[in-house]
Amino acid sequence: MASRDEVLRAVRRGQPALVEHPGTAGLGVRFPDPVARFAEVVVEVGSACVRAPDLAAADRALRLLPVHRDARRIASLVPGVGGATFDPGAVADPHQLDGLDLCILPAELGVAENGAAWIDVRNFPHQALFVIPEHVAVVVRADSVVHDMHQAYERLRHAKGFALFLGGPSKTADIEQALVIGAHGARSCTVLLVGGVESTPGVRP
Amino acid sequence: MGHAESAALFVRDGARAHWHDQAGWWVRQRRDAGAKAVPDWEDLRERAEAIKAHALSNLAGYLEEFEANATRLGAVVHWARDAEEHNRIVHGLLAERGVKLVVKSKSMLTEECGLNPYLEARGIEVADTDLGERIVQLNHQPPSHIVIPAIHMKREEIGELFHRTLGTPAGLADPQALTEAARQDLRRRFLSAQAGITGVNFAVAETGGIVVVTNEGNADMGTSLPPLHVASMGIEKVIPRAKDLAVFLRLLARSAVGQPISSYTSHFHGPRKGGEMHVVIVDNGRSSLLGQGGFRRALACIRCGACLNTCPVYRRSGGYSYTWLIPGPIGSVLAPARDLAAHASLPFASSLCGSCSDVCPVRIDLHHQLLAWRREVAARGLLPAGKRTAMRLASLVLRYAWLYRLAGRAARLAMRVLPRPVLGWLSGGWSRQRELPPAPEASFRELYRRTRGQP
Repeated sequence: MASRDEVLRAVRRGQPALVEHPGTAGLGVRFPDPVARFAEVVVEVGSACVRAPDLAAADRALRLLPVHRDARRIASLVPGVGGATFDPGAVADPHQLDGLDLCILPAELGVAENGAAWIDVRNFPHQALFVIPEHVAVVVRADSVVHDMHQAYERLRHAKGFALFLGGPSKTADIEQALVIGAHGARSCTVLLVGGVESTPGVRP
Repeated sequence: MGHAESAALFVRDGARAHWHDQAGWWVRQRRDAGAKAVPDWEDLRERAEAIKAHALSNLAGYLEEFEANATRLGAVVHWARDAEEHNRIVHGLLAERGVKLVVKSKSMLTEECGLNPYLEARGIEVADTDLGERIVQLNHQPPSHIVIPAIHMKREEIGELFHRTLGTPAGLADPQALTEAARQDLRRRFLSAQAGITGVNFAVAETGGIVVVTNEGNADMGTSLPPLHVASMGIEKVIPRAKDLAVFLRLLARSAVGQPISSYTSHFHGPRKGGEMHVVIVDNGRSSLLGQGGFRRALACIRCGACLNTCPVYRRSGGYSYTWLIPGPIGSVLAPARDLAAHASLPFASSLCGSCSDVCPVRIDLHHQLLAWRREVAARGLLPAGKRTAMRLASLVLRYAWLYRLAGRAARLAMRVLPRPVLGWLSGGWSRQRELPPAPEASFRELYRRTRGQP
């Protein structure tokens, strides 16, 4: 307690006269077609993007991709998508999730300006499910896509627990600035963008 | 050894200095592309500056608000006056729980506090998990850049280091393969560590949450597996509201490496189910800087590294030529506030070109601060004797017009008649890597009088 009071006292001694908070009104970007923009930027940040008219079509499209075809242990937190072979809720210890090949995650919203998806981990059986699998797929509803980060934070509610903006697969450029995908977390990220299109290109129903 | 002397050693290897220069410039160009894609970029910078100025003007209030809200969420908040107290708190938390191995994600604050050697001396293994930090840790070096810790190393050198320490095949220098080797090695440590330590990019007073940003996901691996999460933050990291995050997050990754956002922007609101979360709030000289007038603006820094990448002096002299662990313009204004005598050379490690101030996402007036610190250095009598004498002479010559004219005439004559080695010696370092220009036939004043009559 002594340190707390001492630090706060020193801060009060040092801090200048109060200046106003400028607010964040007037900032931001608007896109003619935010969903199309989101789909573009998702690819820019290193993810793959598959557009599908509904969840069933997203499921069919995902099953055609190598990340799904080559996966043995699959967990899905989105009912109806991915054909789970493994229930992460059945293990008590998150360490047992090592070796999970693919996990399908639900997103609360997508952000057009940077391709990020807000993933609320509070209802997941384990916090690690977005980072420990070899690959992840994220289901983003087209009608949840906002233009920019300001709009995103207007909608988000911050209750107890963990949530994140996922902006692509795990990556690093720490060796001579060469981009390498798959540093510690997922080696790939597939965004399944659901709604707002008639059909999924290349996937027969 | 001051910055100039260390930098002289660095530039001895001309090819390497050039390579380092290009590496930084490449990142700077990525930043430019990222910034240009944002139509309201300059408005964002101004708003970020103003939000930080507001936050610093009510810092004690926001720290108390953050503490109350973080506590309500189930986190335990600790306060440390200095590095020693911070290390003692962190060690206490680990030791009480019998932690033998801790995985740590990037945190310049724990570097500043010397946490790794402190814990290692007490029998706790620390694995740095950011790839760049892991590389320099294995190489027994501090980071040479705040965002790209191993920017000074070539891939072949990292390959050789990994061959020695991780058993990769000799001669392996492919970044993909080297990263994979580090991934495998560190995954074992993530799975066996009993605690994770992270830094804090932003602490939000309104919510009591902290935000940690990485591209690799190392902070997330380190906090979602072991039961204990310790987050170390400087007092200046607190911002008022969650909505303010939008401003800073739009600026941060673009300024750092030109990405629209980092891969993992993690919001921690209290511990995870069955886990523990501790936040250590550290002063260590920051409250004193807060009281140093205009210099306090340096506390707004969000550690993006843009000022390093753009700085012609940083790029050509490398991170290790600075006397403080945060190199580049921002380090050169933070370090003198701690110990002016020890870092008296840093305000001079700049051409004052102002590029650092132009790229800073929170508009810190870096080059003005560097100049102001030079004045402090002179006022405190810390200038080297040579520079002091030269400045006195210059002041004398500039004060008297007749002396100025005489000196000009003498210089023009000397440049014509004296042999080159003598001229080189007289001009100090200036002619070391270039020729002096030919002596003009007359001064500007004389030419003006000849063509236009009396000035």
